[in-house]
Amino acid sequence: MSAESDTSSSPPGVPADATPIRPAIVFVNVFLIATCGLIYELLAATLASYVLGDSVTQFSLVIGIYLSALGVGAWLSKFVRADVARVFVEVELVVALLGGTAAPVLFLAFARVGAFSLLLYSLVFAIGVFVGLEIPLLMRLLENRLTFKDIVARVLAFDYIGSLAASILFPIILVPRLGLVRTSLLFGLLNASVGLWSTWLLGPLIRRGATGLRIRAFLLIALLAIGFWKANALTSLSEEGLYADDVVYARSTSYQRIVVTKGKSGFQLFLNGNLQFASADEYRYHEALVHPAMLAHPNPRHVLVLGGGDGLALREILKWSCVESVTLVDLDPGMTELSSRFPPLAELNGHSFADPRVSVVNRDAMIWLAEVQESFDVAIVDFPDPNSFALGKLYTTRFYGLLRARLAPGATVGIQCTSPLFARTSYWCIVRTLEAAGFIARPYQTPVPSFGVWGFVLARLEPFDVPVVAPEGMRFLNDEALQSMFRFSADMKPVEVEINRLDNQALVRYYEQEWKRWD
Amino acid sequence: MGLGAWTRRDLLASFLAAPVAAAACRGGAAVPPLPPGELAGPSFELGHRLRDGFRPEPAAEAWDDVPVVIAGGGVAGLAAAWRLERAGFERFLLLELEPESGGTSRAGQSGVVAYPWGAHYIPAPLKEDRALVALLDEMGVLEGRDARGEPIVAEQFLCRDPEERVFHRGRWYEGLYLNAGASDDDLYQYGRFVAEVRKWIAFRDGRGRRAFGLPVAAGSDDADVISLDRMTMADWMGERALTSERLRWYVEYACRDDYGSKLEQTSAWAGLFYFCSRVGGLDDAAQPLVTWPEGNGRLVAHLAGVAGPRVRTRAAVTDVRVAADGRRLEVVAWDAKTDTAFGVRCDRAIVATPGHLTRRIVASIRDGYSPDRPAPAYGAWMVANIHLSDRPKLRPGNFPMCWDNVLVESPSLGYVVATHQTELDRGPTVLTYYYPLTDSNAREGQRRLLSAGRDEWAEVALSDLSMAHPDVRELATRVDVMRWGHAMVRPEPGAVWDDARRRAAAPIGGVHFAHTDLSRIALFEEALAHGVRAGEEVLAALGFRVEALAG
Repeated sequence: MSAESDTSSSPPGVPADATPIRPAIVFVNVFLIATCGLIYELLAATLASYVLGDSVTQFSLVIGIYLSALGVGAWLSKFVRADVARVFVEVELVVALLGGTAAPVLFLAFARVGAFSLLLYSLVFAIGVFVGLEIPLLMRLLENRLTFKDIVARVLAFDYIGSLAASILFPIILVPRLGLVRTSLLFGLLNASVGLWSTWLLGPLIRRGATGLRIRAFLLIALLAIGFWKANALTSLSEEGLYADDVVYARSTSYQRIVVTKGKSGFQLFLNGNLQFASADEYRYHEALVHPAMLAHPNPRHVLVLGGGDGLALREILKWSCVESVTLVDLDPGMTELSSRFPPLAELNGHSFADPRVSVVNRDAMIWLAEVQESFDVAIVDFPDPNSFALGKLYTTRFYGLLRARLAPGATVGIQCTSPLFARTSYWCIVRTLEAAGFIARPYQTPVPSFGVWGFVLARLEPFDVPVVAPEGMRFLNDEALQSMFRFSADMKPVEVEINRLDNQALVRYYEQEWKRWD
Repeated sequence: MGLGAWTRRDLLASFLAAPVAAAACRGGAAVPPLPPGELAGPSFELGHRLRDGFRPEPAAEAWDDVPVVIAGGGVAGLAAAWRLERAGFERFLLLELEPESGGTSRAGQSGVVAYPWGAHYIPAPLKEDRALVALLDEMGVLEGRDARGEPIVAEQFLCRDPEERVFHRGRWYEGLYLNAGASDDDLYQYGRFVAEVRKWIAFRDGRGRRAFGLPVAAGSDDADVISLDRMTMADWMGERALTSERLRWYVEYACRDDYGSKLEQTSAWAGLFYFCSRVGGLDDAAQPLVTWPEGNGRLVAHLAGVAGPRVRTRAAVTDVRVAADGRRLEVVAWDAKTDTAFGVRCDRAIVATPGHLTRRIVASIRDGYSPDRPAPAYGAWMVANIHLSDRPKLRPGNFPMCWDNVLVESPSLGYVVATHQTELDRGPTVLTYYYPLTDSNAREGQRRLLSAGRDEWAEVALSDLSMAHPDVRELATRVDVMRWGHAMVRPEPGAVWDDARRRAAAPIGGVHFAHTDLSRIALFEEALAHGVRAGEEVLAALGFRVEALAG
């Protein structure tokens, strides 16, 4: 008996008990597949807004594409003439595969695929088409068992209840507890299970090859289950366990592991597992790092940034209209490219890398400093903390000596110097090392909630007074904040330290000991 | 590519250790292919022909006339040339057997970094080493003097921290003395050894000289000091019940590293010299190390640059003799480029060749040479430069890569990292792997050195390093090998404070002598001091009045 003859042999609107399928249980299916369908849509939209930025556009586009794809799927359902139950199970398995692997595939593809948005929207469309097939096919399976008004009323009711369940579960439980990748895999599993149990539920309507369907469903379930359990072991996703929030970007460059996470409070950037900034409070850090040095110079025109590949110090520097050129030297092209091209980061740094005043040099700052001839009015030094010998060299008397040779008369320098509270000896070691290299150093600090109390140094080669008047239009820095930064509480006061030199790397040793206490 | 007459297991068992060989050949695994590379190495052929009495006679028209000839372009010969140049004297010719001057301080260059082929550091000099201080001043390595007048080396030329680590039973530890797993007795003995060393650091003789000076001539010849030269370092430690295995390893490492010899072959004077000469006084830390990516190649390149076109390479001096007129000297040399002999008539000659050549080429010594008096022994060394496409992976809990990386369970000395001083902390690099042949019979060591070729030695080096760096074979893109048959004179007991040693430096007629083996220890400082001294002797003989940098 074909679906075609099935339709023709029973009068419309009259239930037929010829086949023992129980409509009540079919509605459970409707509920589940509706939940899954909306989850995939939400996943795609969230992921798109994470990695492509501009959540309004992304949600709007994803919803639009998805809904239209549902329509396409519904329309296509009329071409299914025979074997509706079997086709339904097949569709379930395809949705399970596409939806279940959507988040891991998109995350993995993001760092590798050029036309990422095309891939994303195509996947959204494909999932939409197959999800669009599900309900019409189910409705047709019920066609002979219920009246049309019952079918429409109940199927649509369960469909919308399922959507409600998804939209509540997604932000409250799924994203915070499981993250996008596992949510995706979990709902793929659910879809595959629906497919599997439908082979029994709709068994009487599937006339041949039910075993083959079951084998495929089992294989798919096994695949998704392995993915779910091993999500942590996947290289690119291994950070999921380490970070509180979702990993939205992860890439190993020749120099470091770059990870961007996204949570309720915004973005975080991690380099080799160490937090570099959180979008929620980075303005405090970057305003404090940049503006004192800019203020201490009467007319900063040529600015040098060492490190700072996130472009956030650039954003602050470019607020100064007197600045004619900024040279940013960051070792890792992977970092500066990410900051200029990864939409959420580029938005955060105000598209600084697109500013014509900015030029980027991807070199080791120490080697570069020894080779160049230019001189600068202001230098902002924003390296990661000295947690390795390779980084420790960037805080030595030799390094500051090289920097000194590149400073124009009257130049000022702003340096990030780790925490004077958590790593007090390290902090003062940097200050004293700078002094040993011939600078007048003015230490200052400010709280940055993501980091704790953070330390900086403002330095010049000639004696100078620290600035007391903050620039206009800052989120954090006003006159009071500026003046209070240069005061240190008793638990951050200077301690006796060794000078950090290439041949003793005293700082790396201090740093390691001090942070060990807090980890 | 093959291992010649060797099986891999025999090769590794012979040059490393049976367990290494067994591990490397476990399960009959196929021999992994070797990366390409060359056998560099001094010109044994000419050297051996000289040994066998090769003394060609130049054609009558192949004679030239230059006031001063320097035979040998190692550190001593280049230093003599440098001293003449500093006095404004340029009418000399330096003849060097090899295609390149620099001796065992020579360096190579990859696309990434320069690397040493031999000597790779000097301790920062104290002011007593006037020649070295003057040289480093001239090179811009010093940036002034401290309150006591001691030279200050600019930071970038000092060995970057972390300096050294040791690999022991599967793990890297910081430092050279293996603290991990040391028993109380080990540490107590180490303390006693340090106390003995400090006793000698504190020593001052009647003339206020340190027991062990750098150069040796700046130190004491007090009887208490030189009596140390009558015993081996092994005996000296035995007398003091210094039996701790890791202490003996540590002290022996120092002897192997600086002299290429074991405790049993090293004079106690030389053993203590290593620890004492680089510490100014009891209140001072050991002098920091000065080094460059290419090691002492930087120093000889500077010296060779000063001598410029007055250096003639691939010219082997075969004879230094008094001319028929009885006044002038004749230096005969073999031009390896044209395979012809040429001669130079001169007033003064500085013979800056190692002792085993000197006694063959200088007629007066050759004729008066007594076979009863044993010639100094020379240790043989193999040096491999291993080019890597990236740094070996560091396993968690291991101390990171240092400048000097020592393998405790290996007969090699481990390796130094050429990029350490360049600030290039990632990516391709060159490891210079040192293997001294410490056979008690030096000739046996030389025979064993030459019994293995490029492939065999590359295999030894890679197998040895694989213990610490399992990924080294995948990372190695090239392995070049240098076999130094006479790498270092050995400070065997009795050799250093032998009167014959001191007499050997005295000029004979117009012939002056300069070489590190005149001190019986192979050090840049000694070679420099002898070269400068010989240069000053010649300057004085030619009527120049110069302020002495030597002695």
